Amino acid sequence: MRGGMSKAVAVLGAAGLLAVSACGNSGGDSGDSASKDVTVFTWWADGGEKAGLDGLVSVFNTKCKDYKFDNAAVAGGAGANAKQVLANDLASGNPPSTFQAHAGAELKDYINNGQVEDVSQLYKDFGLDAAFPKSLLDNLTVEGKIYSIPANVHRANVVWANPAVLKKANIDATKAPASVDAWIADLDKLKAAGVKAPLATSKGFAQEMVLEVVLLAELGPDKFTGLWNGSTDFNGADVTAALQKYAKLLTYTNTDREAVDWPDALGYVNKGQAAYTVMGDWVAAQQLSEGVAESAYTYWPAPGTAGNFQYLADSFTLPVNAKTPDGAKCWLDVVGSADGQKAFNTKKGSIPARSDAVATDYPKYQQAAMADWKKDKIVPSCAHGAACTLGQNDSILSAIGQFSGKPDVPTLQKALAAAAKTS
Amino acid sequence: MHGRIRTWGPGALVLLPTVLLLGYFVYGLIGWSVNTSLTGRHTARRGPAEYVGFDNYVNLFGEDRFLNSLKNLGVLTVVFILGTLVFGLIWALLLEKGVTGEGIFRSVFLFPMAISMIASGVVWGWLLNPSQGDEARGLNRLFGIANLDFLQNAWWTGGSRWTTMASIALPAIWQLSGYIMALFLAGFRGIPGELREAARVDGASEFKLYRHVLFPQLSPIALSALIILGHMSLKLFDLIYAITGPNQFRTEVPSVYMWNTLLRSDMAKAAAISIVLLVVVAILVVPYVAYTVKQESEE
Repeated sequence: MRGGMSKAVAVLGAAGLLAVSACGNSGGDSGDSASKDVTVFTWWADGGEKAGLDGLVSVFNTKCKDYKFDNAAVAGGAGANAKQVLANDLASGNPPSTFQAHAGAELKDYINNGQVEDVSQLYKDFGLDAAFPKSLLDNLTVEGKIYSIPANVHRANVVWANPAVLKKANIDATKAPASVDAWIADLDKLKAAGVKAPLATSKGFAQEMVLEVVLLAELGPDKFTGLWNGSTDFNGADVTAALQKYAKLLTYTNTDREAVDWPDALGYVNKGQAAYTVMGDWVAAQQLSEGVAESAYTYWPAPGTAGNFQYLADSFTLPVNAKTPDGAKCWLDVVGSADGQKAFNTKKGSIPARSDAVATDYPKYQQAAMADWKKDKIVPSCAHGAACTLGQNDSILSAIGQFSGKPDVPTLQKALAAAAKTS
Repeated sequence: MHGRIRTWGPGALVLLPTVLLLGYFVYGLIGWSVNTSLTGRHTARRGPAEYVGFDNYVNLFGEDRFLNSLKNLGVLTVVFILGTLVFGLIWALLLEKGVTGEGIFRSVFLFPMAISMIASGVVWGWLLNPSQGDEARGLNRLFGIANLDFLQNAWWTGGSRWTTMASIALPAIWQLSGYIMALFLAGFRGIPGELREAARVDGASEFKLYRHVLFPQLSPIALSALIILGHMSLKLFDLIYAITGPNQFRTEVPSVYMWNTLLRSDMAKAAAISIVLLVVVAILVVPYVAYTVKQESEE
């Protein structure tokens, strides 16, 4: 009896181990039945972003009838959660058919990891090299190859202002201060008029965006772009001067900046507690959903950056060893097409990357942005991955957080210079 | 021979799956992490990576950001352990005296432990709002209402390391003091009544009774509490992440830094940070385990 017992235990134990090893294998293979599913990985799970994605899906459903859309969106944290999930899926060799990524340098991580395919050929197949502006294509090209297809374009260097607050200090709300210095003078006037923290900002990337518009205004577009690719010296005296102005600007901001998010900062402007906030043009969609009247706020390019369009773009990739690559290519075709970009961008509040879009299809803010997109100089944004890799951004955000607690320009400059050199 | 197998065979068989699983998933993966930390694998790319020796560790200890995170961790651990022990002991003393409704108080003090750190972190993030004066919110607003304006402060967004990390320790102290109270209370209850009576008969004052009779009996419990709190503090991640967000220099500790590093696919550096953390925890835990094993074998 006892012998029988231990045999039974042995069999059970072996069976248990087999079950464990079986589990390890089952994730890798995908049945033939699923081969028509196109898994699309995004962080667009609600609001205007979800509506935009739905717009793309409806075009996909008519154009790519052979395939089925499979939504793999991960919500929350402006993509922070999604990027973690994606990193896991890619590392375990189980990529989605296509995934969302910021166009530009942020893709370098995936390129270095050997996780995304070169899609230059698709640009030729779909006629995209003619449809997108050349300056955008140059920004997207890495060593002669392009790895993603942009779905939209956002502008980062925008200041959103409350005209009623500006009136308190007799400041003309219709036009931007000509330079950062003129802006600081206006901020002084506002403080004198009783506005305690005239410039609203929030944690992390919002402060990074303020830093970027100051650098862009002070250095000009070419030297600014050079900061991120190494052709401009981050230790230069002109950078020091710009950082000192950034330090000055921070003194006009709300003391709870580390504890709030960009919609809160925008709320301070809307409520009249603050006069300005620097934020990308997704603010237009936010104001619409919050029911803020168009007359209650105004916007212009950040002081000293007029004529520059600091862009960021959401784009889609073709992962290495993806499931259903033909379906994924069909999705990419939809993303780059005129119909797809219209369906997506009218809902998401961004502008199409294509230059042949019809302006009258879009709301007021977007019409203005589209006009600028055509005539302005295109400059990449670091905070949103067009100019910086994930690694650079991580180091820069850390340096900015340190600076917000203990403003010390030499420390910041040293940390930024080191961050620009990392990969 | 056959008889011998009969005595130890079944036991070994029952233990085998655990030993294999632990061996692979715990010790095997620790070994794998150590191995990764000695390579130059700074991307998620697969394939062989060259060995660089202790370069990753040398770089880490030459880095302001990592040293900052270690210092933050040190301050956090000291404040957290002291705060929790003090509050836990005070509550245990009060309850030990036999108050009416002891059960209710015990539950009230213990309840915070039932909340997950990520949830309490979100709420404490709101409570620790740094706005002061007219715009004050959270705890600062409470202080304002109670005319205790001098207590208002910037919490974790302040400048000094001690105030920032003490603010982070505050929610953790709130959560775990009840647990320490329960440990001490059980300790007090485990002391035989005769000891107290004997001390009183010999004329010991109440203070002397605690100082010379009761507290010495609690020292093994205090040691366990110290170890439990210590290793919890070293591994603290979710609370900090929920209160301050992922990338906050002022409150970054090695566990959060490791997460940030992993997110940028720097495998070797992330592994090195995790091994440093493991060593620090081991310094705390291994002597304790050795001590306990020695005690048990002596008994």
